[in-house]
Amino acid sequence: MSEPNHARRFGVIWLVATLIATPLAILLLGPILPPGNGSEQASEQVTDNTVLLAMATPVLLLVVIYLIYSVICFRQPKGGALEGPAVRGDARVQTTWIVVTSLLVLSLATFATVRLETDYGSGSGSGPTPLTVPKGPKLPVQVIAQQWKFTFRYPTYGGVETPHLVLPVGQMVELHVTSLDVIHSFWAIQLGVKVDANPGVDNVAFVRPTRVQTFEVRCSELCGIWHGAMFDYGHVVTPSAFKTWIHQEQVTFAPATKLLPPYSTTYVPNPTRRGE
Amino acid sequence: MSTTTASASAPQPTHRPLWRRALGFNLLTAVLLGVGGYYLGWFIGHQISGPSFNYESATDENDVALLLAYFFGVVGFLIGLGFANYPLSRLLGRPASLREKEQEGIGRYFGLCTDHKVVGLQYLVGIGVFFFIGGLNAMLIRTELLHDTPTVVGPNQYLSLVGMHGTMMMGMFTSGVLGPFANYFVPIMIGARRMAFPRIESLTFWLLMAAGFILTSTIFFGGFPTGWTGYEPLNDQAVIGMDSYICFFALVGVSMCLLGVNMLATIMTMRAPGMTWSRLPIFVWSVFATAVILVLAAPVLVATLLMASLDRTIDTSFFIVGGGGSPYLFENLFWFFGHPEVYVLALPGFGILLELLPVFARKPLWGYRLAVSGMLGVTLLSFFVWQHHLFVSGINADLRPFYMLSTEIISIPTGFIFLCVMGTLWKGRISFAVPMLFCLAWVFNFLIGGLSGVFLSDAPSDTGTHGSFFVMAHFHYTIMGGLIFTFFAAIYYWVPKMTGLRFNESLAKWHFWLMFISFNSTFLPLFALGMKGMPRRVSSYAPNLVGLNVWVSISAFVLGFSMLIFLFNAVYSLIFVREPAAANPWHSKSIEWQTPTPVPVHNFEQIPVFDADPYDYGTPLPLAGTQAAPAGT
Repeated sequence: MSEPNHARRFGVIWLVATLIATPLAILLLGPILPPGNGSEQASEQVTDNTVLLAMATPVLLLVVIYLIYSVICFRQPKGGALEGPAVRGDARVQTTWIVVTSLLVLSLATFATVRLETDYGSGSGSGPTPLTVPKGPKLPVQVIAQQWKFTFRYPTYGGVETPHLVLPVGQMVELHVTSLDVIHSFWAIQLGVKVDANPGVDNVAFVRPTRVQTFEVRCSELCGIWHGAMFDYGHVVTPSAFKTWIHQEQVTFAPATKLLPPYSTTYVPNPTRRGE
Repeated sequence: MSTTTASASAPQPTHRPLWRRALGFNLLTAVLLGVGGYYLGWFIGHQISGPSFNYESATDENDVALLLAYFFGVVGFLIGLGFANYPLSRLLGRPASLREKEQEGIGRYFGLCTDHKVVGLQYLVGIGVFFFIGGLNAMLIRTELLHDTPTVVGPNQYLSLVGMHGTMMMGMFTSGVLGPFANYFVPIMIGARRMAFPRIESLTFWLLMAAGFILTSTIFFGGFPTGWTGYEPLNDQAVIGMDSYICFFALVGVSMCLLGVNMLATIMTMRAPGMTWSRLPIFVWSVFATAVILVLAAPVLVATLLMASLDRTIDTSFFIVGGGGSPYLFENLFWFFGHPEVYVLALPGFGILLELLPVFARKPLWGYRLAVSGMLGVTLLSFFVWQHHLFVSGINADLRPFYMLSTEIISIPTGFIFLCVMGTLWKGRISFAVPMLFCLAWVFNFLIGGLSGVFLSDAPSDTGTHGSFFVMAHFHYTIMGGLIFTFFAAIYYWVPKMTGLRFNESLAKWHFWLMFISFNSTFLPLFALGMKGMPRRVSSYAPNLVGLNVWVSISAFVLGFSMLIFLFNAVYSLIFVREPAAANPWHSKSIEWQTPTPVPVHNFEQIPVFDADPYDYGTPLPLAGTQAAPAGT
């Protein structure tokens, strides 16, 4: 019995599986990948996730099919005591593997870097002075986290502070996230935004919501016993509805706004300690 | 001056009366001195700082007292075990001896013993106990998550459980995973009679056990709310249960560092003649790489926790914004330890895997040098990636491309391991014994873990998944799917050597299949849960995620049940049935299987001389051209 050409057979199986599965993964899984199309940043992240998925599928198939192939074709016969060939390596295979994985990894890192910078931090917290800042008018919104709720401050609207997050659609929003006590993380799930709220730090992120919607806000960093309950809904509304809403809030919270510190883009109160 | 010279005095006869045996340096004395030290520390602490009461629950909230109590307790415990005897007698000019090694009987497993084989078994049982406690915590966590609001244990207890589960698994089990097999087999594999520092070897184990006890004691002090990461300022804000965490992890850090030093010294200086670096078994290489990480990373943890304890006790401000400190400092220092630490959990798995594959594929290890460079590459790179844990934190945001690059580069050496696995399987004669099943499961599990890691290392993609159940699923795939599966492979492979007894094979196969299926059924859905918006460490979550969570919980219970099968098998096979194992059941060519069972106290009559690596399997290929050559030439 002649041994089949395992390398060629495995190669063909893998190639066929890859050619079928990769487009399927992109077409079927791609559109349902989170975080969805709630904002420009979210849509860009879906694209990134799809690219990573397209890269990961062939690798996944390579190893899994190899594993299954070996388990089926290279078994020890029952009760047998056969030995395999005493091969200790193959310079060509090793070199190819190193070159291919290096290229794959370097291209992924380059791709991610370009995406991160062109998309203004991809909705993630980019520190007090982000490297890339979108041009044009921006709506600054300060997110103040504390145990266990978020407060939202609109500096350009008299510094009104409100427990509700409402954003106008199509407007680039500049989020300034900070905390009054421990580390929290502001996660607007459907908008593709996640920014750590550190006491004493103004952490900036950019997001442009693209449609009218309701989105979930959650805390994504362990902050004490009610961490899991630290969630709320935010709303993206039309610009005119936003104007109406913010004026209403200004009236409602006017007595409180009077007591708040004067206008600034950042607002870093002293954190509290145990026993105080 | 040789420390291996047997003591002049013969071992004492063992049939002394019970009360006489209870006196002296043993576990009983250790516990008594430990308790005494605890109360002494508590008393001194209160003399220094006076009691401070928490007005809500009227509990004594004296951090100084508790930390001193733990400190004196541990010191008393170690003195009771006899760790002070050797340094003191050397100070008094008495001769050195390794008398602790010559003990006989079951009693040596319950005290200071310098026989590396005893320490290996101590470790196996010791960390095994904490693995099961940690597993029970996980069962309670999953019970709570059956419902989307806190119902069963309440949010406070829930956080304590999450913290206990994570900390216990990281500190007590996976950090100590070198303990059983490295302590037992590294000296044998390199042809040595003992470890370089046998007393330190025993010290690492007893420090770990003291640490485990301290961690468990946190339940009497209100638990700790921070999870295993202990982030500031939540750490500073927490009740005194947090001090248990600090003291626990600092002790684990000391234990890990000492273990690393000991392994490095042993591997570097105690190799038998002919055991060159290029003949070192790949498992020993993985221990070497792990030990480098332990020595370099663990001290950072100890220093970090010292700072945290000072913040808590005498109101320094290392991590407190109001006083000029920064929580970022804690995050940086913690992950500077923490990320190398997760490779401490991966590398022994690589080593066990590559050590076992040739035996069951009946082929030499494919790509030995590639595997070694892969491990060393991971070791080196592991110190350059820690800020990928802080992609959304806002610190050094402009450095994110660098940390993306370094993190993704680390998948190149990890890829070497996959290539070596695949090369070793290629055209092998694979037999599916239980250890091999666990190894093959590693390939699938670690692949999923690794590929999901690529998503996390990509900063734009990480925005969605950071701090969510996606991360949780990722590291359970690498740690549980990677390390714990190979750990079980090692148990089924090596325990017959360590005990001379064999496991019941059909129970072992049930254990494997149930564990493999329920493991994947538990953790694959967690990727989806994370992407759908479930943050980590929550006791309440969005109602639309209840269905998936119930599925995960039920799978987790099955996973827990598979562990019970293992436990039953271990007790049933090793304690009740006691069927002797074959001398070399796997037909391994590694040296540990050529020694008698049980391995003699000094391992070898004569130090062996090596002339090849232990992977001499397979039929040699005919050299190209030899068949074509005419017979006469």
